[in-house]
Amino acid sequence: MLSKKQAKIFFLGGTIVFMLIFIGMSVHSLTVGIPEQTNASEINDQVKLGKRLWDRNNCMGCHTIMGEGAYYAPELTRVYSRRGETYIQAVLTAPEGWGFRGRKMVKYDFTDEEVAGLIAFFKWMDKTDLNGFPAEPSLPVSSR
Amino acid sequence: MKYSSQKIAYYFFSFSMLLLVLQITYGFIMAFAHMGYDGLHSIIPFNAAVTIHKNLLVVWILSGFMGAAYYIIPDEADNELWSVPLAKLQFWSFAIVGVVAVAGFHVGWWEGRKFLEIPRPLDFLVAGNVILFLFIILMTLIKGKQQTTTSWVLTMGLVFAALLYLPGMIYFDNLSVDSFFRWWVVHLWVEGVWELIMGGILAYLLIRLTGVDREVIEKWLYVVVGLTFLSGILGTGHHYYYTGGPDYWLMIGGIFSAMEPLAFLAMTVFAVQMYRKGNKKHPNKLALYWTLSTAIVSFLGAGLLGLAHTLPGVNLYTHGTLVTAMHGHLAFWGAYASLVFAIISYSMPLMSGRNIFDNKIGHLAFWCSNIGMVAMTAAFAAAGVAQVYLERIAGFEFMVVANELHAHFFVLILAATLFTTGITFFIVNFIKFGKPTDEALQTEEQFEALKTA
Repeated sequence: MLSKKQAKIFFLGGTIVFMLIFIGMSVHSLTVGIPEQTNASEINDQVKLGKRLWDRNNCMGCHTIMGEGAYYAPELTRVYSRRGETYIQAVLTAPEGWGFRGRKMVKYDFTDEEVAGLIAFFKWMDKTDLNGFPAEPSLPVSSR
Repeated sequence: MKYSSQKIAYYFFSFSMLLLVLQITYGFIMAFAHMGYDGLHSIIPFNAAVTIHKNLLVVWILSGFMGAAYYIIPDEADNELWSVPLAKLQFWSFAIVGVVAVAGFHVGWWEGRKFLEIPRPLDFLVAGNVILFLFIILMTLIKGKQQTTTSWVLTMGLVFAALLYLPGMIYFDNLSVDSFFRWWVVHLWVEGVWELIMGGILAYLLIRLTGVDREVIEKWLYVVVGLTFLSGILGTGHHYYYTGGPDYWLMIGGIFSAMEPLAFLAMTVFAVQMYRKGNKKHPNKLALYWTLSTAIVSFLGAGLLGLAHTLPGVNLYTHGTLVTAMHGHLAFWGAYASLVFAIISYSMPLMSGRNIFDNKIGHLAFWCSNIGMVAMTAAFAAAGVAQVYLERIAGFEFMVVANELHAHFFVLILAATLFTTGITFFIVNFIKFGKPTDEALQTEEQFEALKTA
């Protein structure tokens, strides 16, 4: 029968081993995998501005990006290729705040530079390799 | 209670109950907004409501953990708390930071990073506050007459929870890196070190409530928390499937996430077996109900419902949908909210001297809140699955689908009303206990006698 000491060794040994494996994989992901898949070298000042605005305005509090957020407003990972620059600009500069099919967005007073920053951020995000996310709908349009 | 200084736990439990009421209020605001009734949009837009709802959850549960530690550690260490004035200072500073954070969210003072929205200046205050808390707990433990496995597991859980908060305070320009470290905090909290805290509190409650030998309970505690880390650490990988990380996370995250329910199953078997081995004579039936429901519902919510969408092939379609909300609600309720209710139900009679062990209101609180939360989970599940099929598989636009989900949110509101009724009953009981008093002080022998009452 398992003794208390053996149980303690199982806990401490298992934790240390798996923590070391996790740290090793994290180091590889952060130094090789993520920089390559997210085109880290393309993160210029405009993209950085867009990211800061994304955080500062808590866009994740309604939208999702890379599938992370609050499920109240559309997923924006591929919004740049899905909607295009003009549409995004119209949403960000709507004088009374954007509203679509009954759901309202907070009204923002972004400057031209900030709008350009957010668009650059979405353009950068559009090119990231997210291992197949978001998946293409598997039902053909004709079947709807 | 054995020591007068344990009464400080009452401050934290009261604060928890207050924040829980607020959290539920903002939950209703969000549910109505999902149905199209967002009349508060100009005052409390959805992103403010969701941030407040989630952060209140984290803060009230942490407050409950702190209260639990202040109650349990002196009892386990067999000594008074190291410093009551410092503990009171820690409480009031914690409460002030919490209130300022919630007020700030209303005016857009936040970081906009899911679960870690507290702005940077307040982060430093939180860190300072938690350091003070840990210092008091560690000093109590070190200066105590005994150092038990239960108290060390609980304390280490709290120490690592504090350490893991730090990666979340670093800013990254790359959203993917930002997300990577955010999950170090959030995942390694709720599917890692918080389970140490959970295991420690559950072990304490089982020792006190069942009469089973401490050595037996603590041996299995090691096995349970061992399984937690064995699966939970690399299980972090399920957050890295589709957020810019290498594709090996699909395999590693998939395998270890699939093992995560085992840790929760072990927790369930652990609690139920200890109950069955025990003499079942302790009069505090409500505490026992909450203790066992913590172990069982956490397995259903965190374990099984997590497994339901954690495999990469499924998660590709469910990631970023209401399916996650389904899992999140029952998981937090089962694993952590119920746990705080368990320690409150156990400790309040002993701190106040009012033996509310088995009353009707207490049972109504238990059943209404649990049935209400299960029904809420079902409503989220229906909405989530419908969203996945319509949006992700059939390719309809987000808002087209969102407008088809109103009926599910109506059901959610009905279920949440039942849940809120249960919470109201629990709070009525909590108020009926009144304030802790030194007249309730008891000896270890009197506690032991309770187990065979």
